[in-house]
Amino acid sequence: MSVSVPTSLNDALVALRQMPNARLLQGGTDTMVEINFNHFKPEHIVALRKVEELRQYSLGADSKSVHIGSGVPYKVLEAEPFLSIVPALAQASRTVGSPQIRAAGSLGGNLGTCSPAGDGLPVLSALDAVIHLRSIDEQRDILIHDFMVGVKRNARKDDEIITGVTMPILRGFQGYSKVGVRNAMVISVASACLAVDEVGSTVRIALGAVGPTIIRCRETEQWLSTEVDIASSKFSNSIAVEFGRRAALEARPIDDHRSTAEYRRHAISVLAQRLLLKANS
Amino acid sequence: MTSENQMYQLNVNGNNRQVKDAWIGESLLYVLRERLDLPGSKGACEQGECGSCTVLLDGDAVCSCLVLAAAAIDSTITTVEGLMSDTVMGDTARAVSDVQAAFVTEGAVQCGFCTPGLIVAVHHLLDQNPSPTEIQVKEAISGNICRCTGYGRIFAAVNAVIELREKSK
Repeated sequence: MSVSVPTSLNDALVALRQMPNARLLQGGTDTMVEINFNHFKPEHIVALRKVEELRQYSLGADSKSVHIGSGVPYKVLEAEPFLSIVPALAQASRTVGSPQIRAAGSLGGNLGTCSPAGDGLPVLSALDAVIHLRSIDEQRDILIHDFMVGVKRNARKDDEIITGVTMPILRGFQGYSKVGVRNAMVISVASACLAVDEVGSTVRIALGAVGPTIIRCRETEQWLSTEVDIASSKFSNSIAVEFGRRAALEARPIDDHRSTAEYRRHAISVLAQRLLLKANS
Repeated sequence: MTSENQMYQLNVNGNNRQVKDAWIGESLLYVLRERLDLPGSKGACEQGECGSCTVLLDGDAVCSCLVLAAAAIDSTITTVEGLMSDTVMGDTARAVSDVQAAFVTEGAVQCGFCTPGLIVAVHHLLDQNPSPTEIQVKEAISGNICRCTGYGRIFAAVNAVIELREKSK
């Protein structure tokens, strides 16, 4: 086994090309658990914590989008300017693990692991984020919906590094809610991200931990747009209840050690309903 | 690149330490305790849930069980042993930090296993934010689990340090 600690993106890409079976290590909060418990014995590790390029973020032209490097830790994402420009991301970031985990964890790690319970992922889905991938000789952008292909499976190729994500800065309410057994240090039992796009007149809702990967509730979104004038952002109680019911139907939860499918579906109906009512204020 | 069993160097508590004869996949927690004779950081869950192994890595409070030691080269690591204010070589009655002293006087230690992690987390909090609100204190130690559930005394110790630091300004 070997460990590389490159200090530039280019050095990291070269190391990865030389050892295509290497595990990329971002904050370590997933991989180190696997190693500590002997579930995984890597041949090579390319650790990205010293790659400064991955730890930058920047606003796009006209401040209509934000680019976030894959290594920006959640402790940064939970604060300004993200609280103002992508509040759902800040809220989701704040629910990740503990201060210790948020100092280490990042969207790059969330995307690399691609667990359906990854807290950043419903936000990326609701915001139609674009994932940026780089190899030595290619750079490609891929929509989050095409990136997540299954339980802990994604579209990254062996010689690619997730360099960052770009997401739009929308006008309208955003919220992220999650159910877990306590407030800190929990992996989601069910989660939901709702984002209103006042300009595009859409309400987007994405669900976490209730399917093989994040679920965008396209049918529920479509239904809502025919029922109400999104631009007015006035959602009645009965609309919210029906919205929750429909979102829950789009969930595909399973029973596992964290919860039951039945409870998860119920939780989604409540989370979706509450998020839509919050969008009123 | 560091390969199997190859030596590497870590900067711990201000000293450059050689890590020899170690498996390259070892966590920082394991290396601190078993290779560098620094058993202050405790290992309990080894999955980042309990906070007993909290250390400062480049100024961030992190779980050392989730840090690959060989990837922590060219970084600054501070363990609970490094927080002692005036370490006199050879003096067995070494001075403790204000947070450590407050934990003792306020009785914030029961079985003591979570204490080193809490001490590091509280140091980190108060160095960043000298006058935290109650909720900020709770949030700052939300990643440190005390299964004796002596949280009341721990909060009392934190408040004692805040007052003490306020007075000595």
